[in-house]
Amino acid sequence: MDQFIQQIFTGLSIGSILLLVALGLSIIYGSMGIINLAHGEFVMLGAYGAWLMQTKFGLGLFASLVPIFLLVALFGWLIERFVLSFLNNRPLDTILATWGVGIMLQQAVRLTVGGELRYVKMPELLSSSTEVLGVQVSLYRIFLLGMAVVLFALTWLLMNRTTVGMKLRAIIQDRSIAASFGVNSRRIYGLTFAYGAGLAGLAGALVSPLKSVSPEMGTTYVIDAFMVVVLGGVQSLIGTVASAFILGELSGAIAFLQNDTVAKATVLLAIVVLIRFKPQGMFSARVRA
Amino acid sequence: MTFTRRRLLKNAAGLGVLAGAGFPHIWIKNADLASAAAGEIKVGVLFSLTGTTAIIEESLNKATIMAIEEINAAGGIKGMKVVPVVEDPASDPATFAEKARKLVVGDKCVSVFGSYTSASRKAVLPVFERQNNLYWYPTLYEGRECSKNVIYTGAVPNQQQDEFIPWLINKFGKKFYLIGSNYIYPKEENNYCKKLLQKHGGEVVAEEYVPLGHSEFSSVINKFRSTQPNVIFSTVVGDSVVALHRQYHAAGLDPAKMPMASLTTSENEIAAMGGEAAAGHFTSAPYFMVYESPENAKFVAAYKKRWGADKVTHFVSEACYFQVHLFKQAVEKLAVSDITPPHIRDAVKGQETLAPQGKVRIEPENLHTWLWPKIAQAQSNGQFKILVQAKNWLKPLPYAAYPGQVCTDKGLVVKS
Repeated sequence: MDQFIQQIFTGLSIGSILLLVALGLSIIYGSMGIINLAHGEFVMLGAYGAWLMQTKFGLGLFASLVPIFLLVALFGWLIERFVLSFLNNRPLDTILATWGVGIMLQQAVRLTVGGELRYVKMPELLSSSTEVLGVQVSLYRIFLLGMAVVLFALTWLLMNRTTVGMKLRAIIQDRSIAASFGVNSRRIYGLTFAYGAGLAGLAGALVSPLKSVSPEMGTTYVIDAFMVVVLGGVQSLIGTVASAFILGELSGAIAFLQNDTVAKATVLLAIVVLIRFKPQGMFSARVRA
Repeated sequence: MTFTRRRLLKNAAGLGVLAGAGFPHIWIKNADLASAAAGEIKVGVLFSLTGTTAIIEESLNKATIMAIEEINAAGGIKGMKVVPVVEDPASDPATFAEKARKLVVGDKCVSVFGSYTSASRKAVLPVFERQNNLYWYPTLYEGRECSKNVIYTGAVPNQQQDEFIPWLINKFGKKFYLIGSNYIYPKEENNYCKKLLQKHGGEVVAEEYVPLGHSEFSSVINKFRSTQPNVIFSTVVGDSVVALHRQYHAAGLDPAKMPMASLTTSENEIAAMGGEAAAGHFTSAPYFMVYESPENAKFVAAYKKRWGADKVTHFVSEACYFQVHLFKQAVEKLAVSDITPPHIRDAVKGQETLAPQGKVRIEPENLHTWLWPKIAQAQSNGQFKILVQAKNWLKPLPYAAYPGQVCTDKGLVVKS
């Protein structure tokens, strides 16, 4: 029984990390239709941000979260404004452009701060473990789960309860009609992209004390994030949440019963099969195209 | 058979290709003479400066360059300057092979220092064997290779495990959990480990491999909990080492009861995971940065002075450093006209040098290196504490896991 509860927690934890990383991608991909291959690099920037704040300014992880979100968001906004906004309705070119941006970011980080692995300190407060329902769980992993839920709730409110969110949803429905009602779609797109990038940066900063920080770290995250978004269904935030936790529990359980190599392969296979029969993902929002 | 014009042309072209293929050999020989006469000895430096393994290979590049600079500052070899030709193979085995060919055929280097991963070494091997050049490989590896064109200065399984496994059984108990990254090196090390466990009465509770670059270890940690091994024997490599240690620490497991015993965790990885996650775990290697010897004090001081006070040295960068000095000693024995890869290889057999870890020696039989095994425990300050030091240097046995097979200068021999 203990093992079972332990495994449920493990799945929740893996799922929360997936959700953190996928949330930003889900916003950008779902609402703007941009396949952002530089998403992993935004995650990496966030992790390096945490490292930089810690070594250069002596800021702990909690204190650096807001500046990191703002900085990476600003960076995302610049990319959208000066690269992607020129490529409207050219999805293939956008993929190439974001991929290029990703490569440049990786190399820029390597050239400026070096290629070695970096160390981000875990907040003292959360570096131990605690007993929940009779099993040992890392406090930091609980914190990550909490952050994932909070960020999801904020995003949901932003999309569904604010004017910006409403305008964005109007643009998703039909861009030209929304424009004719006076919605400035360029501005909204810039803000959306910035928000998605900022979320990615936060995710990077948050996972950095559990994982390693290197210029290439983004590549693995971007793959996981796409799997989550594609499985959950594009344009469905709820779908992203559900699929993140399903994938987390599934890969955690298979890794426990078999091993991580088998888990990776099986999960990927399961997604491919599901997409074959349900191309829209598990939860598809109905949109007039 | 009639001779058509087309067939004739084809044959002529074939002859031309053959002649071309034969030609470079003459050129290489002459070029070596020429470069020696010009007061230069060209060597290749082939470590990735970009890509996944750049994380560690950058430090190998630095140690190699520093050793070359030291030799040149002390007057070079026989009055000739050693000129490093640096290439970046970008962590990609195919690029390794391509750059190796460029260094050997294009730049006419008389030796190349390079590689961290076994995959990249395997990729360049055909180049060095075909051109009869010499590759100096500094990394600990799985053994089971027998080439006349590679000098191996890192540890092979018997040099890291022979002392380590019985010591661990004695101190912690006989139940071992084997965890490694999913490729050839961890599998071969575990092969050897299982043999030792059998011999010393240990047992394997689980053997598991995670994908390269894997960073989510919570299920693995749950398995540690449910199987309750006495020792976690880890051959996980690269950034996965960092993730594994940090998550082990965060999960609240206790290194005093269930320590990780690693063949791959060095000062370099500890710098990235933080002392608190590393403290209490064990590593077996021939070199640690804290090892006290005049040679090591000099090496560490020079390294920090050249590359920055926050930099660390580790068991692979140490081998990078001393192998360049072994190269120098070998070349010194040769007449200037004889500075060619095969002669260097013959000259390096049996060469000894005082390395930072102690006096090392190239075994003439298999071109691997006699090393000084040590067992150390990581401390919270990011350094190791050496607990056990071998009283004698240990002969390299690259085929130790394969009874009956011996690597000799004639290649692999099966003794019945």
